Amino acid sequence: MTSTIIWTIAVVTVLGLVLALVLYLVAQKFKVEEDPRIDEVEKAMPGANCGGCGFAGCRAFAEAAVKAPNLDNNFCPVGGNDTMAKVAAILGYEVKAKAPEVAVIRCNGTCEARPRVNDYDGYASCQVKATLYTGDTGCPFGCLGCGDCVNACQFGALSMDPATGLPVVDQEKCTACGACVKACPKLLIELRPKGPRGMRMFVSCVNKDKGPVAKKACANACIGCGICAKTCTHDAIVVENNVAYIDPAKCKLCRECEAMCPTNAIHGVNFPKPLDKDAVKTRIKERQQKAAEAAAAAKAVKEEKKDE
Amino acid sequence: MGGVHPHDNKISRECPIQPLPIAPTVYISVAQHIGAPSVPCVAVGDKVKVGQVIAEPGGFVSAFIHSSVSGTVKSIGPRPDLAGRPSTHIEIAVEGDEWLEGIDTTDTLITTLPEDNKATIEKIRLGGVVGLGGATFPTHVKLSPPPGSKCERVIINGCECEPYLTSDFRTLLEKGEQVVVGAAILRKVMGDVPCTIAIEENKPEAIAHIKEVIAKLGYQGIEVMSMKMRYPQGGEKQLIDAVMHRQVGSGALPISVGAVVQNVATALAVYDAVQKNKPIVDNSVTVTGECFPKQANLLVRVGTPLSYIIDYLGGVPADAAKIISGGPMMGRAVSNLDAATVKGTGALLFLTEAQTRRAPESNCIRCGKCAEACPMGLEPFLLVRLARNKDVEALEANAAQDCIECGCCLYSCPAHIQLLDSIRLGKGSVLGAIRARAAAAKAAAEAAKK
Repeated sequence: MTSTIIWTIAVVTVLGLVLALVLYLVAQKFKVEEDPRIDEVEKAMPGANCGGCGFAGCRAFAEAAVKAPNLDNNFCPVGGNDTMAKVAAILGYEVKAKAPEVAVIRCNGTCEARPRVNDYDGYASCQVKATLYTGDTGCPFGCLGCGDCVNACQFGALSMDPATGLPVVDQEKCTACGACVKACPKLLIELRPKGPRGMRMFVSCVNKDKGPVAKKACANACIGCGICAKTCTHDAIVVENNVAYIDPAKCKLCRECEAMCPTNAIHGVNFPKPLDKDAVKTRIKERQQKAAEAAAAAKAVKEEKKDE
Repeated sequence: MGGVHPHDNKISRECPIQPLPIAPTVYISVAQHIGAPSVPCVAVGDKVKVGQVIAEPGGFVSAFIHSSVSGTVKSIGPRPDLAGRPSTHIEIAVEGDEWLEGIDTTDTLITTLPEDNKATIEKIRLGGVVGLGGATFPTHVKLSPPPGSKCERVIINGCECEPYLTSDFRTLLEKGEQVVVGAAILRKVMGDVPCTIAIEENKPEAIAHIKEVIAKLGYQGIEVMSMKMRYPQGGEKQLIDAVMHRQVGSGALPISVGAVVQNVATALAVYDAVQKNKPIVDNSVTVTGECFPKQANLLVRVGTPLSYIIDYLGGVPADAAKIISGGPMMGRAVSNLDAATVKGTGALLFLTEAQTRRAPESNCIRCGKCAEACPMGLEPFLLVRLARNKDVEALEANAAQDCIECGCCLYSCPAHIQLLDSIRLGKGSVLGAIRARAAAAKAAAEAAKK
């Protein structure tokens, strides 16, 4: 009995030692040299594995960043400039600071502005709803309201507002990872620069229908009238396919377009004071009058010269 | 394999097909078929007659579209279709009912078959004939099999396995002679192959009538087959399996096993186009539902607004909660009644709140009923999970692209999981991936050539 136990222990011990030796030799032979910087970079990442950078996760981003010749095409929107500065320090690259971005919902077809013309009782998914038909309102471009974007957001930055039936972005929580942009079948969500102290302007509509059709479907729709583009003194607004778009790089946040928009489709957010539309309109009128007077005077001078 | 047995509810089976008075304005869509939309060839202000071409094919897989009324073209522009999506429609204000010269509008039956097969196919093409079973695939394309494939049997699909629908049944009873001549034309065009007219056993009158007609007209090689009642017996691949005991492979066409399937209404349209020079300008539409008091089978001109049909029959009943274009299994809910009928519109079905209510989804209990019901041999419980996880590769490996969207899985699920909605989405993404791969392969081949 005793000898059986001793023999068992001896055999198992010897076997274990031999196998450990084999494993050690194999591990030495087939050792994969991995850049230690990959681990360092991964530690510096936020670790959300959201895929907002375009890679499968933070580890994949780290591997790609270490291999890349520079960091121009690798940017972690979640960590932002701080994280990228750390990554650049580890890898010895330089990185340009990028303006922080935030998701904006380009639809303001609230329940009141955009009456429902039918009821949808199918599977609660915008993707599914979009394959079936254009939606339960008259607007074929607007928000379907099933909340695919809310489900896509890993940071809890999106929520549905039951009063309007539209998603709301919590700008403190939004990391601009772009998951909601991909989730929306109507391509309503856009990542735009946050702007100075969060102040930014955007057109909250993507309806490409002609004015009367768009207006009939939704009281808040952009009707493509072009008044904003004519008003803008910074050349920041283009009207294409019956819908206006504000170029964030050119916009100087003067809010003139917002005051002039007949359907309130242009939104300005985080401004310290509420917009005094009448004052802005008077200001624009005076400026236009002055410009007209100046043009008339110039014309008169020209004609005088001609007469001479 | 698979299938379900819903109650057939053919409550409008005793209603003869009646012509609907022509609407004051019709809206004819240029995208009424699978394939490229047609290109309008009339201008605003033009006078058109019934049967006049108003849009020409936009490609090989496309079809002619004819004016279904006589009158003046009022506008050509986007208008919401049944799903609310804007598509180009030709609006025609109706003035009288004047037919184009050369169209035989009499009821005389012409039983002598034309000699030249090529000319016959051309006539079918010029008649704008598309598959009227629902898929609206241009018929002339189906009748021109690719080189190397040979047709061995023409199947005329008279199953009408969808509950409620009766327009094919009434067509068989009232236009049986024309359907049989159409079948004879089709089998001759395909090279004198045998032809089977498949009718489900819940329509014994139609089976007896067609048998009589075949004996009376004396055509050889046409037989009637009584099919078991089962949904989706009328699915193309299911019907080929039932009639010929051959299985069409994944992604393959019926011609790969030597079959050409055409619907009863298509056979009638072929008869009209070939023997009477009459293009598709009208089609029979079943208007039905338990809550709808005036059941009817109507002969409706293409492009008639749905609201006009419903008003003619007394308006939308108060307790109707949903209006479906097509049958209850595969039809789509109508989002607006301003939409107009197309060649493929087969039915308008009114359902009450109680009939359409969706029960809340609960967890999958892995009973396997959906896999048992799937007529394509798929595993819907698996596909739905993959689709919701957006795993396109796995979806393709599990043949989500073969789904025929018949709805048997959804019908059989005791947990009320909305299987089809998600699977349809997954199928779409797989088909998109397959198309993208084909395009990439084509581009690579062209680059290699250079």
